[in-house]
Amino acid sequence: MSAVLEQVFQVGFLAAIIRIATPLAFATLGEMFSERAGVLNLGIEGIMLLAAMAGFTGAYFSGSLWVGVLAAVAAGALMGALHALFTVVLGLSQHVCGIGVTLFSSGLAYFLYRLIFGQQSVPPSIKGFQPVPIPILSDIPVLGPAVFNQFTLVYMAILAIPLAAFILYRTPWGLSVRMVGENPRAADSAGVSVMATRFQAVVLGGALMGLAGSFLVMAQFNAFTFGVVSGRGWVAIALVVFGRWDPWRSAGAALLFAFVDALQLRLQAAGLGHIPYEAFLMLPFVLTIVAMAFMSRNAVAPSALLKPFRREER
Amino acid sequence: MLRLEARQRTPAWLNLTLPLVAIVVTLILCSGLIVLAGAGVADAYGVMFKASLGDSYAITETLVRAAPMIFTGLAVTLAFRAKFWNIGAEGQLLAGAMASCFVGAIPMPGPLAMLLMAIAGAAAGAAVALIPALLRVRLKVDDVVSSLLLNSVVFYILMALIEGPWKDPFSGYPISPPIEDSAGLPVLIEGTRLHLGVLVAVLAAPLVWLLISRTVLGFRIRVTGENPEAARYGGIDVQRVIVIAALLSGALAGLAGVGEVGGVHFQVMSDISPGYGYSGIVIAMLARLNPLGVVPVAIFLAAVMTGAEAMSRATGVPAFLSDVIQGTALLAMLVALLFTAYRIRRSA
Repeated sequence: MSAVLEQVFQVGFLAAIIRIATPLAFATLGEMFSERAGVLNLGIEGIMLLAAMAGFTGAYFSGSLWVGVLAAVAAGALMGALHALFTVVLGLSQHVCGIGVTLFSSGLAYFLYRLIFGQQSVPPSIKGFQPVPIPILSDIPVLGPAVFNQFTLVYMAILAIPLAAFILYRTPWGLSVRMVGENPRAADSAGVSVMATRFQAVVLGGALMGLAGSFLVMAQFNAFTFGVVSGRGWVAIALVVFGRWDPWRSAGAALLFAFVDALQLRLQAAGLGHIPYEAFLMLPFVLTIVAMAFMSRNAVAPSALLKPFRREER
Repeated sequence: MLRLEARQRTPAWLNLTLPLVAIVVTLILCSGLIVLAGAGVADAYGVMFKASLGDSYAITETLVRAAPMIFTGLAVTLAFRAKFWNIGAEGQLLAGAMASCFVGAIPMPGPLAMLLMAIAGAAAGAAVALIPALLRVRLKVDDVVSSLLLNSVVFYILMALIEGPWKDPFSGYPISPPIEDSAGLPVLIEGTRLHLGVLVAVLAAPLVWLLISRTVLGFRIRVTGENPEAARYGGIDVQRVIVIAALLSGALAGLAGVGEVGGVHFQVMSDISPGYGYSGIVIAMLARLNPLGVVPVAIFLAAVMTGAEAMSRATGVPAFLSDVIQGTALLAMLVALLFTAYRIRRSA
């Protein structure tokens, strides 16, 4: 047990948690905005993959990582707009469209990547983001080097959490998002455009999923591989539920999952892996299903989730 | 302004032509990618067709690939008919594969082994589908998310098995031990891979059709899906019907895994399903939730997948085009379905 505790309180371990949590935090916040507006986005897995591909390609050819990030965000927002076109404007069933968006965007990501880079024995890579220490704060023992000597994208994720909470709970637009997610009919009567608000929320969500994809290829792996997302989108779907559709709790859930994942990697590396590592990886899914069973009675999900809105149908 | 107006009833000709229109639109849209890759559109689709349906051997290969997709397509069709949103066919397929591989490795007479593999695989798939069904009817848990998340749970169970107790002790590869030779499904035509499971899959479609359209249970499933309130007033135990539909759906998806283990791979590995469970959703929607339509649609998508490899070799267009075609076909079909429920009218 002491060996385990020793691992936990290392700077490297804390830094690893933060890095694993960052793409999950972006993706989870993105999915949360979409779902709070009443639109489940199962396209997340494919959107992250296409964004990762776009980000890597952008960075590879421009030589600028930020151009890559921009390309990833644009790709994410574009796919968000596609999902919104189908589910919000046309009012088609959200879960089937989401699967369609995932199949379409992951297929497109693989296709374009193979077309642009061909089949190479060693996949092309880029020089990814380097840690940027924040003066003074990075000198704090343990916490400083782990949290304040990170990639800029990590700082952006840390700032995105309170910002998302502020937007959702303290701005008129956030109020509209919550209204169209809870009671679109009432929102419509109050003069809120259900369609526009939902569309914006899903596009914003797609852009955040794009940021998540960009982190994977530009800070974590520094290359695009076909398994670069490998279920992280589905993890985000679980974390949103586990975090009860709240920015703080969802981000907290992402941190908790990152802790379990990092611990699992450490235990394996230290030869302490008596439990198969897959047991840790399936934990967020099992816990979320259990949590859903307990939560359902006090109905915390947005009431209008999965329900299309057509103004003329009363 | 254009607006959508609800239709009173859907004309019959639309039901038949819509999937064809969706597929044609998909092929036209995806031809843009072929042009982008610098190949001729007719050339690429031509090679794709020839390599998948051009000669009798190619046809058998396409049918072998279609078999699991017929099963998952039927699984999704049956579940969606009851409005049980089973997104978990992928995990149910994997569960069926694992269970049948476990049984198939036990020495016993061939026919008995095949029968027990099918039963174990169907039961395992049904067990996985039972979880979201019970959560929904007992605790009102959303079935879309719970069935989707279970895919990852089952996948990691499979990984734990093939990287743990099942790992090949000599090579260290994460693959399960093979099933007994005698447990392998018999080949129907010498010199091809066309196995008994393919025939079972094709025969399962009319059986599911009979079940849905000609039996009391099927009637209950349809009414539950179309109008649960009316079903309740009519004395139908809606919750029971949903659980039964989920069990049958899971069993069908489990059989997809049985066929892959018993007839194609003879063992379990991490990539035993290239997303056949998700393809099932595409197939069910294109087939307009009609079990008889599942077979031709599954064969079409299998042909695209089989032909894509040859197309890639001949024209240089990446084989991933087949994945794009699947996704586009689903989205095109969803848009097309709008026209069955609505028509476009010019409003003043």
